[in-house]
Amino acid sequence: MADLKARIAARTAKELKDGDVVNLGIGLPTLVANYIPEDVHVVIHSENGFTGLSEEAKEGREHPDVVNSGGCFVRYTPEANFFDTPTSFAIVRGGHVDVTVLGAMEVDEKGNLANWIVPGKMVAGMGGAMDLVVGAKKVIISMLHTQKGKPKILKECTLPYTALGVVKMIITEMGVMEITPEGIVLTELHPDYTVEDVQAATACDVIVSPNLKAMEEA
Amino acid sequence: MIRKIMTADEAVADIKDGASIMVGGFLGTGTPEVLIDALIRKGVKNLTIICNDGGLPAKDGKPARGVGKLLEHKMISKLIASHVGMTPLVGQGMNEGTLECTLVPQGTLAERIRAAGAGLGGVLTPTGVGTIIAEGKETLTLNGKEYLLEMPLHADFALCRASECDDFGNFRCNLATKNFNGVMAMAADTVIIASERIIRTGENHPDDFVIPGIFVDRIVGGEQPWLI
Repeated sequence: MADLKARIAARTAKELKDGDVVNLGIGLPTLVANYIPEDVHVVIHSENGFTGLSEEAKEGREHPDVVNSGGCFVRYTPEANFFDTPTSFAIVRGGHVDVTVLGAMEVDEKGNLANWIVPGKMVAGMGGAMDLVVGAKKVIISMLHTQKGKPKILKECTLPYTALGVVKMIITEMGVMEITPEGIVLTELHPDYTVEDVQAATACDVIVSPNLKAMEEA
Repeated sequence: MIRKIMTADEAVADIKDGASIMVGGFLGTGTPEVLIDALIRKGVKNLTIICNDGGLPAKDGKPARGVGKLLEHKMISKLIASHVGMTPLVGQGMNEGTLECTLVPQGTLAERIRAAGAGLGGVLTPTGVGTIIAEGKETLTLNGKEYLLEMPLHADFALCRASECDDFGNFRCNLATKNFNGVMAMAADTVIIASERIIRTGENHPDDFVIPGIFVDRIVGGEQPWLI
């Protein structure tokens, strides 16, 4: 499982371009930072109030005033800048974030996203997710393809939406998919799987790109 | 000059059952713990708390932080927050019917508070369009884009945390403790700050304090760096 998550994170990192302002969600998306090539310099936005997020702080090196949006003690880069929540979300909604990477409970073929509540069961709250997916220029969902074998990529989300039509790309251990007006297009396939495997794990039609490539490993 | 400096217990003395209170902080970072502790000593109930989240619960031998302590003491009847996934007591209270929780997108929460403090009638945001957040809310389409009308959010009290302030109440929040502290100081009838350090007016350059002391009614010292 850890290997699969590392694979997804490593492939996601390849989507980041030099100079991008990037927001990484909690969990798997956070791992993306570990795979950014050295020649690609991105600025990581932490929605609790700064740009210039660096790695998690090692024990004994924590600063009591510096945590990421998951509440973990972290370090910051020399170009870091700290601000309040209104500014942080002006950055988010104002289109100043180039890429946001999040997990999902469900994504559908129209790019609709559900990742904040399971009515009657789990009340986590949307935190900054609703703002991020509406405001960021590109929304990438990086996640395991299924939830214990149950498809998460659907024809239509069943859970309450986080936002409509915002997802541009889905990266899983099986491959890379783009959301197009025609539906979900598989553009990269991991060598461990066949197109049929991907279709079987997906609850909507998977269109295979004529230029289907092998999923790039780190 | 009006003397604003007092003890934490004096500062919260007139907070009564049923009060609405904004609490600064993000998962406890930037929350004025000395004021939270004073509220617990006072033992008020049925509070409406407006905070980014439910603080942090007691876990792995560490005590609860911020709003998490108020949840432990069952002092909250209504919570307005953006994220409560870290605090199981919120879900538990909702299931038991003792706690009402309204979830608001984080950016919308910040702007609603800002609107109240800045004299605006509301905020138009694209966040939440097409979701259950939009239910019962007015929408406007401007230049082909749909927006939700979100209303200002005001409170009786705001409890904010400063890293340093002067005795007039001009203050600063270091690094990632800023979060909601500055904006909440604009949006409540009575604003109480708890600071790690208090200096005399004039000892610092005015540029050092970015949040105006005119928002601040009461100043409390003794706020500690959170020790891991």
